[in-house]
Amino acid sequence: MSYVLEIINVTKKFGEHKAVDAVSFNVEDGGFFSILGGSGCGKTTLLRMISGFEEVTEGELLVRGVSMNGIPPEKRPVNIVFQNLALFPMMNVERNVAFGLQRRKLPRNEVRTRVAEMLERVGLLGFEKKKVTELSGGQRQRVAIARSLVLRPSILLLDEPLGALDRKLREHMKVELKVLQKEIGTTFIYITHDQSEALVMSDRVAVMNEGRFEQIDTPKNLYKNPKTSFVAGFVGESNEFDVVSYNNGVLTTEHGLKIKKSRIDFVPKKLFIRPEAFVLDSPEDLPDVDLVSTKVKTILFDGSNTKISVLIKESNDEVLISFPQNAKFENLQEGDDLQVGIHQDDLKCYRE
Amino acid sequence: MSKRGTFYLLIVPVILWLAVLIVIPHMDMMYRSFRLETDDGAMVYSLSNYLVFFQDQIYWLTFVKTAVYSIGVTVLAFIVTFPVAFYLTKVVKVSYSSFMTLLLLIPIWIGELVTVYGWMILLRDNGVINTFLMNIGLIDSPIEMLFTNFSMTIGLLYMSMLFMIIPMMSALDSMDDSLIEAASDLGASKWTIFRQIVIPYTTPGITSGGIIVFMLVIGDYVAPNILGGKSSLWFTEQIYNKFLESFNWNEGAAFGFLLLVLSSTIVWVALKLSGQKLEKVGS
Amino acid sequence: MIRTLPCSLPYLAGYRLYISLFYIFLILPLITICVLAFNDSNYIALPWKGFSLDWFFANTDDRLGLFKDADLLLSIWVSFKTGFFVALFSTLVGTTAALLFEQEQFRFKGALYFLALAPLVIPGVVLGLSILLSSTNAGVYIEETFGMDIELLRPSFWLVVIGQFSFAATYVMLLVGARLKKFDRTLEEAALSLRATRLQVIWLITIPFLRASIIGAFIVAFLISFSNFNTTIFLVGSDPTLPVDLYSRIKFSSTPVLNAVSFMVVAFITLSAILSFVFNRNKG
Repeated sequence: MSYVLEIINVTKKFGEHKAVDAVSFNVEDGGFFSILGGSGCGKTTLLRMISGFEEVTEGELLVRGVSMNGIPPEKRPVNIVFQNLALFPMMNVERNVAFGLQRRKLPRNEVRTRVAEMLERVGLLGFEKKKVTELSGGQRQRVAIARSLVLRPSILLLDEPLGALDRKLREHMKVELKVLQKEIGTTFIYITHDQSEALVMSDRVAVMNEGRFEQIDTPKNLYKNPKTSFVAGFVGESNEFDVVSYNNGVLTTEHGLKIKKSRIDFVPKKLFIRPEAFVLDSPEDLPDVDLVSTKVKTILFDGSNTKISVLIKESNDEVLISFPQNAKFENLQEGDDLQVGIHQDDLKCYRE
Repeated sequence: MSKRGTFYLLIVPVILWLAVLIVIPHMDMMYRSFRLETDDGAMVYSLSNYLVFFQDQIYWLTFVKTAVYSIGVTVLAFIVTFPVAFYLTKVVKVSYSSFMTLLLLIPIWIGELVTVYGWMILLRDNGVINTFLMNIGLIDSPIEMLFTNFSMTIGLLYMSMLFMIIPMMSALDSMDDSLIEAASDLGASKWTIFRQIVIPYTTPGITSGGIIVFMLVIGDYVAPNILGGKSSLWFTEQIYNKFLESFNWNEGAAFGFLLLVLSSTIVWVALKLSGQKLEKVGS
Repeated sequence: MIRTLPCSLPYLAGYRLYISLFYIFLILPLITICVLAFNDSNYIALPWKGFSLDWFFANTDDRLGLFKDADLLLSIWVSFKTGFFVALFSTLVGTTAALLFEQEQFRFKGALYFLALAPLVIPGVVLGLSILLSSTNAGVYIEETFGMDIELLRPSFWLVVIGQFSFAATYVMLLVGARLKKFDRTLEEAALSLRATRLQVIWLITIPFLRASIIGAFIVAFLISFSNFNTTIFLVGSDPTLPVDLYSRIKFSSTPVLNAVSFMVVAFITLSAILSFVFNRNKG
């Protein structure tokens, strides 16, 4: 397997502060790779190092096996779509897309055909002479992507380009970007703080925290088997408990909830349970399931995403449970008693 | 007071200002430029004031020279100050930039007379520059710099160029750095980035600044008169002579009107070429 | 190239060198004047003959220091007086104009605004001579018709004030107008809905919002007046302003007292600039 991007032990220091701390990872050719993290986690710095706008302090960065250390941005086979898109307001759509090709001194004919090809691909044929200020948010997005892709880079970097769009359009662009990437086959490296963007679009996602990678995995694995408590808490919704003791296969939480959990060889500090892990429908019949009695506090109606907030009688902890799509619970009301089950495998325990 | 009353309270002083001090005086000037005092002391309408201008070579040569030099100094001011405006807004650390910008304002407020006088001392035969050059042995006898077109150009440039930096800086300030980064990412060289991205983006600031500089230069009297020599006559000097030395006010009015037409035409062409409006120049 | 972009060392070094040269060019004439103001010599330029305060305080046959030169002190005083009145009038009318053009709608507004901007594109010399022409005409007319001699209409202190005011008001209008553009008009609407009259709204809401920019514009107008020569020269009467006085001395009788005056101007402006800088920084 060939890697289009190899990051080896890369560190970036600003003064004494390590924005990126000895990060290593590889990106396979043709994939959609996301870096997910909160603000200030170092993801933007990492992206700027790949694009060449920041020098690496330590470590090495290879694109298709060639070291990029010391190579300026304009000479790297890597292009970037900026957060604010950075379309040139003084040029029309065509000139924006042609800008990079003209810098490469390609013959006029070739520039014209490649620009036309690219515009067709992103569905903007006929918009050549439009000013970029006259376009809608989605169209501007596509011009920015076309402007970079027309150069056929090895990697396209995207710095949260969907951030400025309204929700509806953002949902739409997520799908569009994923389809576009599959069609074109260029490696996308996408930076975002929005986990849904990362999970929906990516083949692989790296979760970043305080300058380090917590986990690199497929979206499914990231969700099902978070390797660290940070990932468990950051990706998707979870009910979080502080664990105070683990004896004879029983976990005791801070407020006194006791749950059975076998097969762990360490004393955990944190326990995470996804809302959908709770079984409401006849949990007593299932093997390896611990039963908990609760009382319904509120029902948070949100269509298919409806949740119920319940109080665990034993410990008074409040937890969120996904509302089952099942006619049996149609008449559930606030104040009702509810017996729920939790499968042992759905208890995610972490040392810290 | 009613809304209507307040409106009149606002508009009356403004109309008085513009009518009494701008419109009437300039109409007066135009009127006088077509008047001639005949030998017997009567005033008649005549084009002779303008004929003087076209018949006497020195007048229209000075006129053309003033126009060409003013445009030249404006271009020079742009070339000299654009890198400075860019440096102060985009390159230097933000903490230094405000102090360095303040330094630019000082010569403006000190005023033209004092700074022109400073250049006079610097450029004289026994001035600072010649003395310095002779002391380090670079030259044996003083270079004649004062009272030449060179010294006049230096003076005009110095007193006008700083007025160009401020509007260019405010245009550059509003430009997002990511535009430059994007151009660089797409493979543009520094030269291309300046030519295709930065300068087009700054055009409104360049136009405003250029017009201010041009107006200051073409209407200036001090720098050409003090630093320029006999060979570097400026059109304002001829207007001045008509008024305050030969007391031929009618001819002076005609010359003033010609200068106004000249400067307005060039400003108008500059606005058309850059697609700007005069309303924007003010901001 | 820019703060966030790495660039080659020679490029950056070359750029810094250019900026340094530019600032040297900027400061050179000012430093020269300031140093030579203390030269113990009867000539305005080099050579350096030792330190002396003569050109500030002496009163001998061949040296008349700045503080003993009554004419010079008078012209400085005239300049201050002119500056004050020009700043006062142009701040009043310029602010009125800013309110009018930013907040009122009326016919021919565009044309009137264009006229208000006209002083930006009228050479100062032309402005001076046209005001001289029409004031003289008016004076002659009044004298012939009513037999009155109005001094205001002849080259005099007040004519200078009027002439400088005619374009200083435009600068005030632009400075105050720029601030007024940022004014949230819902504040006025709120006040109006609380039964304030339009004039009360301007006085109680708008003017306090503009206070800093009005003070700033006053200072700018003062400085414009203080350094003006091109318009003033046509209108000046028997009491010259400092620039007019300096001009005739440079042309006809330059002694190092010019250096001393220039030094005072440079020192005064630099000091106030630095004070305003420190003041603003501490505030922000």
